[in-house]
Amino acid sequence: MRKAGDIIGQESRDTYSICVGPVHPALKEPVRLNLRVRGERIEHVDFELSQVHRGIEWMGTRRNPIQILYLSERICGICNICHTFAFCRAVESIAGIEVPPRARYIRTIVAELERIHSHILWAGVAAHELGFDSAMHYAFRAREKVLDVIENLTGNRIMKAIMMIGGVRRDMDKGQARLVMEAADFYSRCSRKLEKIFLGDPVIKSRTRDTGILTRHDCLALCSVGPTARASGVRKDVRQDEPYGAYPDVGVKAMTPDEITGETRGDVYDRIAVRLREIKQSADIIGRCVKDMPEGKIAHEDKANVLLGELRGVQGEGIGRHEAPRGEVFHYVKLVGEEAPYSWKVRAPTYNNLLSWIPMMLGAQIADIPVIAASIDPCMSCTNRAVVTGPGRRQVLGQDMLHDLSVKRTRELRRGLRP
Amino acid sequence: MNANDVRDSFKRRFAGRIMAARTEIIKHKLKQVRHASRVWITVDSGELKNAVRHLCKITEHPHFIVISGYEKGKYLELTYHFSLNYASVMEEVVLSIKVRVSKENPVLPTITDLIPGALISEREMQEMLGVRIKGIPDSRRIFLHPGFPQGVYPWRRDETGPARLVRNLHKGGGR
Repeated sequence: MRKAGDIIGQESRDTYSICVGPVHPALKEPVRLNLRVRGERIEHVDFELSQVHRGIEWMGTRRNPIQILYLSERICGICNICHTFAFCRAVESIAGIEVPPRARYIRTIVAELERIHSHILWAGVAAHELGFDSAMHYAFRAREKVLDVIENLTGNRIMKAIMMIGGVRRDMDKGQARLVMEAADFYSRCSRKLEKIFLGDPVIKSRTRDTGILTRHDCLALCSVGPTARASGVRKDVRQDEPYGAYPDVGVKAMTPDEITGETRGDVYDRIAVRLREIKQSADIIGRCVKDMPEGKIAHEDKANVLLGELRGVQGEGIGRHEAPRGEVFHYVKLVGEEAPYSWKVRAPTYNNLLSWIPMMLGAQIADIPVIAASIDPCMSCTNRAVVTGPGRRQVLGQDMLHDLSVKRTRELRRGLRP
Repeated sequence: MNANDVRDSFKRRFAGRIMAARTEIIKHKLKQVRHASRVWITVDSGELKNAVRHLCKITEHPHFIVISGYEKGKYLELTYHFSLNYASVMEEVVLSIKVRVSKENPVLPTITDLIPGALISEREMQEMLGVRIKGIPDSRRIFLHPGFPQGVYPWRRDETGPARLVRNLHKGGGR
């Protein structure tokens, strides 16, 4: 087994290897990037993912579908609705369970609240990577409100535990509906302000424009999903392509940068623009859902043991999909009439988006690594150091140093922009 | 091209070599009725590459989603999931192509030459199910740690499965 300090693929005197992660301030996720650089330019990109494989799919095949709901929530802290949503849809499609309209609306509202919270969190992290900490603090403060609303609706700030096969577990009363409406208004305004801060700032613009470009062609070949794909001009959004939940009534349109900035370049700037505008889009969806919410049951079956009995006799295979904040979540479930599913496959959005790091990073500079890596909003967990090794020298780049490099570059740019 | 067209197109192209084909429409009844289209096709494992080639012919840029797989008796069943007609309002079709390989000689061709985005999934199938992907550009492990024992495939249910690595606490003794 290699250690972090070993030299990886030292090719010649001119190039040297640098590895970032598995735990790193910009990645926040356990992935290790092995890069070969010539001077400041990145010439080769490779990554290792094997840091935290927990065998969740394997565990799932030893549990009943209702237990899996809670297990699937723990796949990802941020996208916990996404995985349960997709899993529920897969099981419902096998069992032919019809979800009551009110439950569909509540599911949609919670899923969109989650998108707002995820995108704002990401905006804060991106600002931090650029050395723009005041924007980070603004974003994190703005995010508190949505977490409070989620807590009010579900009882928890992050782990929502509101989904159930065939519906939801908690209803929404009038007071809660008012709170959600208020939050939707707040985030409509907040998204405008964030756009002004991020897109109007000349330093952020010069730092992110034409950095980490993913062309439309590469995006289609590498099968990217979510905001990463949309920022490259591919209008792919499950909410639009195959509406589910309350989305058929709402009518979602995939957000691409040409609608925001007038052009599509597929760079980091475009990815920021798409995510920030999606906050507003989510706020609008929530507003409409609260207004049009039908009355009625919130679950196909209230009693978990009756539901389990019903699912025990079901056979078949099904697909569940949901547009998570980072892109499409895909679940494949095979039931064979036993308590536990025979097979369960989870495909999270980052699974497909990782390969797009390669064209984005090739030719970029070391100081751009945090920005580009963060721009796809990777979701995998974190060593705050990178080791640079070269012939006759070895140096550890800590969190502070790599972050400082990034901040320094922003400052240099700012000085250059000053009249 | 709707779900039935996709199914029929495969049936015509692979007459006799296609083992099963069905479409499934899931209806959403709200104020407006919407549906989700799924096509399930089972082909002979030797025809997988041709099926993907045919898919690339009938639609521009099919979106590769993932490969799912499991062991069933003497066989391994892999399902390649694709999305067609995406980026259009409500015309998307999810196509699942199922192939079956024997456990004695589990070899499948790579599809990364047609769809480069399939690489991570093919690497996953090699380590999780022990399928050999012929012509894969990068055959290293991806999700399993380098220290994970060789010859153990986590998704298998037979003696090559991970059962012996699992600590059964109730039996006592631990590791």
